Amino acid sequence: MNEAVVKPYLQLREELSRRDRSLREKVVTLEDATSFVQDGMSVGLGGSTMSRTPMAMIWALIRARKKHLTCSRSIVSTDGDLLLGSGICDHMITSWFAQGILWGLSKVMRHHVEKGGARYDEWSHMAVGMRFRAGAMGVPFMPIRSMLGSDVLKQRPEAKEIDCPFTGEKLLLVPALNPDVALIHVQRCDAYGNAQIDGLQFMDIDLAMAANRVILTTERIVSNDQIRRAPDLTKIPFFCVDAVVEVPYGCAPHECYGAYEPMMQHMEAYVSQVNGDPVGGLEAYLGRYVYGPKSWTEFLELIGMDEVLDATRRGRSIYDD
Amino acid sequence: MIEPHRYTANEILTVLSARQLRDGQVVFAGVGVPLLAATLAQRTRCPGLTILFEGGVIGAFVEPGKLPPSTNDQRCTKRANMVLGSAEVLLLLQRGYVDVGFMGGAQIDQYGNLNSSFIGDSLHPKTRLPGTGGGNDISSLANMIVAMKHEKRRFVEHVDFITSPGFISGGDSRAQSGLPTGGMFRVVTELAVFSFEDAERRMKVAALNPGVSRDEVQDKTGFELIFDDDLAVTEPPSENELATLRMLDPEHLFTA
Repeated sequence: MNEAVVKPYLQLREELSRRDRSLREKVVTLEDATSFVQDGMSVGLGGSTMSRTPMAMIWALIRARKKHLTCSRSIVSTDGDLLLGSGICDHMITSWFAQGILWGLSKVMRHHVEKGGARYDEWSHMAVGMRFRAGAMGVPFMPIRSMLGSDVLKQRPEAKEIDCPFTGEKLLLVPALNPDVALIHVQRCDAYGNAQIDGLQFMDIDLAMAANRVILTTERIVSNDQIRRAPDLTKIPFFCVDAVVEVPYGCAPHECYGAYEPMMQHMEAYVSQVNGDPVGGLEAYLGRYVYGPKSWTEFLELIGMDEVLDATRRGRSIYDD
Repeated sequence: MIEPHRYTANEILTVLSARQLRDGQVVFAGVGVPLLAATLAQRTRCPGLTILFEGGVIGAFVEPGKLPPSTNDQRCTKRANMVLGSAEVLLLLQRGYVDVGFMGGAQIDQYGNLNSSFIGDSLHPKTRLPGTGGGNDISSLANMIVAMKHEKRRFVEHVDFITSPGFISGGDSRAQSGLPTGGMFRVVTELAVFSFEDAERRMKVAALNPGVSRDEVQDKTGFELIFDDDLAVTEPPSENELATLRMLDPEHLFTA
């Protein structure tokens, strides 16, 4: 599914023409939504670092034992650890990959990338964004003025240096990225997939437009009337969306703008466990927190009511002033 | 009076890099010391400083004691003028709206090139580092201030890998590579403040931090340093600078 660097335009159009773009209800369970992701697919992840990470969907994909996924995201945090460490993803396309600046290097990423089991393709942050942008625009590339002269570029022969036909200047063309599926978590959407995003949007709108399928997870499903009352708040239109899953706290232990901040005790405990032992520690984490719980709610119970409520209080405080 | 143990290495690093900023500038700040130093400047001499974060924030006013754990968290948006997409905020660099790019560094060379990707050979790395994030974009497109720890293994003749370009191989090699704008302006460490000389574009000591000797800086640097003819000694951090800094980061998240 990822043979060519850029999907041929006619294929892109053909795939989109086959999608059901009608205004219809798309609400499914987390488990059912995993069927949109098949082994070997290219999966775009919304949010950035510890923010609006589609964690519940990643969690469900790990439980569904997917294989050989290629994942792309603006910046990767512990979601990347879980994807590589669980073995469902062996190729990450991003600009930065660790758990967070507070914790130094990710030993999980290091283990899988340095030992050669997994591939981490590094692009500049803007390049990742412009790759999704080109994908969203239906053009094969976008020109940018960064990455030139660096060794980041030397590792990416997929990007092409050109002399601008208008000015003669050196420019870099970064190839369109059209993931097979995008996973995006939002604060609210309706049953059709009209999605409102509060706060930072990251690359999610381009990602939604670029992908061939979009699975939305949402803190809550609201009525279509609510959407129609304020259409300016809709950031992703329903016809991009193929599945809607209501998952409160669907980014835990990461944050969701205005709803909850990161659950730092859980993050700290996670980091010390896996960086102490990137294989056994991660396996134990997956066993306890991913494979163990019967449901996402049970996973939240393991994080603990105290921490979830504290994160909620801090998250909502953005609206206190 | 020099009281060398009155502040930590990261505190003087933060204070001195904050001093490089001017009121009215637009600064694109990375997480950690840059975010903190930009906020310190804003709370002291530069109330009109506009801080951008790569998560998509224009005009941040980070709250004391609530430092964001990355530049993509909701805390970055507190009292900002605008939030926008991450590609959009990075494109402001390309368009030229940003006066200063401001980031940390893991490894730097004599031409101000930064490495945050690999230790050792990139094909068989000893260590895979996190990577560029927005660092490559910022350093490709803006005048740069870099704040980093001064150690011999971090100040090397040639970086193992150019993640974020400085002056590449010196002279006009940066412009020849397709980067006609921006470049290294200052490097700030707990030992000294560095600029880059005009012709070769090599790193040059502009000022020593209080209580630091030429030999000490040279000993902790892996290449031969040029010293400015008018080598200055920096004023130590003031009570006000330190008090404001400690109010911003009471838990020493970024200033330990």
